Amino acid sequence: MENTSLAHHLILAGLLFVLGLTGVLVRRNLLVVYMCLELMLAAATLALVAFSRFNRTMDGAVLVFFVITVAAAEVAVGLALIVALFRRRGTVQSDALNTLRD
Amino acid sequence: MPDGLFMFFAALTLGAALLLVLSRNAVTSAMGMILALVGVAADFFLLDAYFLGVLQVLVYAGAVMVLFLFVIMLLNTDDPEGTYPWRTAAIGLATFFLLGAGVLWLFHWSGAVPKTLAGPTPPELTVNPAEFTTSAKSFGRLLYTKYLLPLEIAGFLLLVALVGVVSLSKDAKEDNA
Repeated sequence: MENTSLAHHLILAGLLFVLGLTGVLVRRNLLVVYMCLELMLAAATLALVAFSRFNRTMDGAVLVFFVITVAAAEVAVGLALIVALFRRRGTVQSDALNTLRD
Repeated sequence: MPDGLFMFFAALTLGAALLLVLSRNAVTSAMGMILALVGVAADFFLLDAYFLGVLQVLVYAGAVMVLFLFVIMLLNTDDPEGTYPWRTAAIGLATFFLLGAGVLWLFHWSGAVPKTLAGPTPPELTVNPAEFTTSAKSFGRLLYTKYLLPLEIAGFLLLVALVGVVSLSKDAKEDNA
């Protein structure tokens, strides 16, 4: 902790976010895309906790509490949507879902 | 140089995230995701946010990822994704390296983030109503005073999500037949 500065935690959070963004852009399996989205959210919470800790206020940590709550609700709804999509179209590959384009 | 535990967990988190992004198998991706979330939780511990670390493991790495694994097994999306076109790979690599370099520059070389904390406390923080503590008690106090309305909204949101998921999961065919 003594030698680990705010910048180190921010770099970790930033790289994690970039990895998640890359996954969202590149992957085609909707479930994996969704997991990458969650990874971006986790990276954002990591940055929030780091700022909260190094500013010595509690507010960022409480915000992370709400982010985790909302993310849990969001995952439940999103996975239900993906399951409904799969039942209707029989696939979760995003490049196969091009009805509107054709 | 940051201390060893941080380096270890940072490497674990980034490696697991890489596994999540690169793996062809959805279950392997989910395992990488779990490992990455545990790594993030470990960083919460290193940041003295013990309560959030426990919450992260329980809610994210526990409940949410079990849900993910359940859906992966339910849908059995085992079809191979084939080879990626070079354009997709190029976009991915360019995004990762450009934005990664941007992150490193912004947080390390640009000097925007102070290296040490040994500055004077900024004036808006001299009267600090919510000092950072490690106890879960301070979470409870803030949640029921300053953040009471957001807490109520979060509870209502969970109820809405519950009802929404139940109505989404009903067999759609009987409505649309």
